[in-house]
Amino acid sequence: GRPQHSKMYCHPNDIFPLTLTSATQELFGCRCDEDVTGDNPYKILRKEDIVQDMRMRAAVSDFSPVKQLVLDYPEDELLLVYDRDFIYGSSFYLVLTADAKERHLKPVVALGVEVALECEPLEVFAAQKTSEPQPWISLGSEQEIEEESVTDSRPRYRISRVRREFGAPIFFSDRNAMETKDGFLECTPYQDKNFSLKQMERHTGVQTIPNLKSSSTQTQWTYPRSMCTQYEPREFSEEEKENCLQSEHLKNLVNSVASRFEIAIQQNEIMDVFFDDWKALSEEDSGYGRKADPHLKEYQSFTDLHFSKEKTISNINWHPTINGVIAVAVTERLSFEDRINGSTKLLLNPSLILFWSFSDPINPQLLLECPDDVFSFEFCPSDPNIIVGGCMNGQVLTPSLSLFLSISLLTEKPTCGVVDIYSFSLFHSDKVSRMGVPMENRNGICVQIVTCAPDCCVMFWDIRAPRVLQTMADQRKQKVEEKPLENPHGVPNTFKHLDLTWKPLIRVQHISYCKTQLQLVLSTTFCPQDGELVYTDWKLEKDNDSGRLFSAKPSHRFIIHDGQVNTVRRSPFFKDIILTVGGWTFAIWKEGVMNGPIIQSSCSQKKCTVGYWSQSRPAVFFIGKEDGNIDVWDLLEKTHEPSQTQNITATQITCIKPWIVSSKQHLLAVSDHLGTLHILEIPWTLRSPSSNEKLSMSKYFEKEVDRLVYFEKRREMRAKEKKDSEAEELRKKMVRYSI
Amino acid sequence: RPDVIQPGYEPGTVVTDAVPQTTAPLGSPSEAEVEETLKRIQTHKGVIGTIVVNAEGIPIRTTLDNSTTVQYAGLLHQLTMKARSTVRDIDPQNDLTFLRIRSKKHEIMVAPDKEYLLIVIQNPSE
Repeated sequence: GRPQHSKMYCHPNDIFPLTLTSATQELFGCRCDEDVTGDNPYKILRKEDIVQDMRMRAAVSDFSPVKQLVLDYPEDELLLVYDRDFIYGSSFYLVLTADAKERHLKPVVALGVEVALECEPLEVFAAQKTSEPQPWISLGSEQEIEEESVTDSRPRYRISRVRREFGAPIFFSDRNAMETKDGFLECTPYQDKNFSLKQMERHTGVQTIPNLKSSSTQTQWTYPRSMCTQYEPREFSEEEKENCLQSEHLKNLVNSVASRFEIAIQQNEIMDVFFDDWKALSEEDSGYGRKADPHLKEYQSFTDLHFSKEKTISNINWHPTINGVIAVAVTERLSFEDRINGSTKLLLNPSLILFWSFSDPINPQLLLECPDDVFSFEFCPSDPNIIVGGCMNGQVLTPSLSLFLSISLLTEKPTCGVVDIYSFSLFHSDKVSRMGVPMENRNGICVQIVTCAPDCCVMFWDIRAPRVLQTMADQRKQKVEEKPLENPHGVPNTFKHLDLTWKPLIRVQHISYCKTQLQLVLSTTFCPQDGELVYTDWKLEKDNDSGRLFSAKPSHRFIIHDGQVNTVRRSPFFKDIILTVGGWTFAIWKEGVMNGPIIQSSCSQKKCTVGYWSQSRPAVFFIGKEDGNIDVWDLLEKTHEPSQTQNITATQITCIKPWIVSSKQHLLAVSDHLGTLHILEIPWTLRSPSSNEKLSMSKYFEKEVDRLVYFEKRREMRAKEKKDSEAEELRKKMVRYSI
Repeated sequence: RPDVIQPGYEPGTVVTDAVPQTTAPLGSPSEAEVEETLKRIQTHKGVIGTIVVNAEGIPIRTTLDNSTTVQYAGLLHQLTMKARSTVRDIDPQNDLTFLRIRSKKHEIMVAPDKEYLLIVIQNPSE
């Protein structure tokens, strides 16, 4: 390695080790191993250059440690030696005296550098020993001596006293330092700027790392458990079922247990052992207390002076889902001729359907404006926001109420507006007199409606598509130019046969339906205007010749009522019992019994205008009269006359509709010819059925059917007897004559 | 039975049974009889439906609609198993012969067997 010790004690006084930065080296042209090398370590520097460098770079200059020495240097050029081996501890050393410089340069010339460098310390010592005493050159050592020596730094103070006070006690007293100016010297603390260094620069290391955060959570899942299961029952295929049915085991089993079953079934047939007679007895008892008031009580009455003045109500319907809302169709009280005469005036008066709510008896809640007078309308059973209405001019409308009804029931004043009326073009040539209840298809969604009009058409509409497909075409002969519309089922009108048999105009007034299936299988009854009842089956049959489907001839026709039949209604309790009201009488029919009505009433004083079954009692129905009376018939009580009659209004009753609000409240909506809607409350006696009322009624109907059948048989028998007796007489005559 | 002499016949003739025989051997019930028996039960007054179920609760023959049948079969099968195990727990020599469930509206009768289950639903108070 390099001789480390050389810096410490082998460093003679006339050289000064220097470290020069590369910048200085470049500036002075003494770059290591380039300008100065091991072989040629000497570089002459000019004093002015050094001084200028020191001036320019001040403290930063590499020559600053030797600043004074350079300035004191007598000559103009200094020698800089490259100390390659770091003998003196630095890469360069500056020769400070001229003699040394000479010595350095000369031995190089004479001997060789290495030898000179290595022998130099010894030579220097040897030179000094043999030299003569020379005047002492101050090199700065006397300063050190001076520093070490002790001298007075200031003059000594002498404090003297007068002689007489020598040895005398001294009395000190206090004096306030603040009394006199300059009484004390204060050395105030101050913030020495030397000690508040502001670090302007700092070298620090920075390392960026991604922001890591680790956290954990634990859910407690004590044991896995399936939340839901989807399953379907296992079933056998047909052949497997057959196999089982054929097995011996099953046959033996059936035969062995059949007797047990029969015993049990017969036991139940004979008597119901669990029937509580005591409890059943009490039901009839509680009726006695309230028999005092069997009348229909007036609950509320709606009439609007503005909208239903001079008008009559043609149809009432309770809203199927919203409680306490009833819709009423108001129409003009004019006959057909008057209507034509006053048609211009009618155009100004809008035709409306009013919606009344129990909360507001003065103002109707909603007004539906229609292009023309609506004679009949129905709510769609599956979606009460849709109403289908049949108008005077033959249009069928379905306004959709969804937006309106929810908003308007809260407002005070009636909102008048029409939302989304899909109006079909004129398919009926005359007024649509009755709407069918929208029939349901298998999904429970009502997609079909049936309309009938006095132009002897009955039409089925499919309201699913926005475009209506008509499934029944108009058949009236004189309107042949009306193009038959697209008929996907190819169903011709049922009335084709009727039209051929009867010449006069047959007007269809009313339709009632039973539950239908998707293939239009339903049986209906119609009642034309002149009191006839027509019964037919809508089932489609295939014509072998043309391949088109057609409906069968109407199977039966009855003339019972002596006036226009205005009501045909099925009983809500018995699916095959129908009530018809017309003229001055009413009749009850049973489907399947084609001989005639099972019950027929006597003629009443006034014309019967409308009839309806009670919703809660199988034996009760209401008949509305021309004079504003309502007859309440209870077939279990009296069959020859109504059990009670009550006058509601002064004019003809146009429509009756009952409604069950709750088990305690049954309401009957009655509308009259003057445009007033009366809501009546049905009393307890008329709304609560007795315990076996349905059974009694069915027994009664059966009895009546038996009676009819019996009379029919008797009639036949009588006819046969008569024929026989006539034949006998003829034979006798013949015999007599022949004799 | 050639030993018995029917009146009106000459002695020595062999009289055979006039009833036409089915292919099944004498003494065991034929399928037509099974059908007839089940129909007879079904046509009693008030009977709503009849179901034949196998040992696993899968319906074999029914007069009701499919969903009702499946429901009755599954539920009654389980109940019958439970009832039978109850009876046998009390006395292992005993066994369930007939089960009648009376509800407000109907009466359900179940005849259990090793392999099959016969269910009849009746409405007693019509």
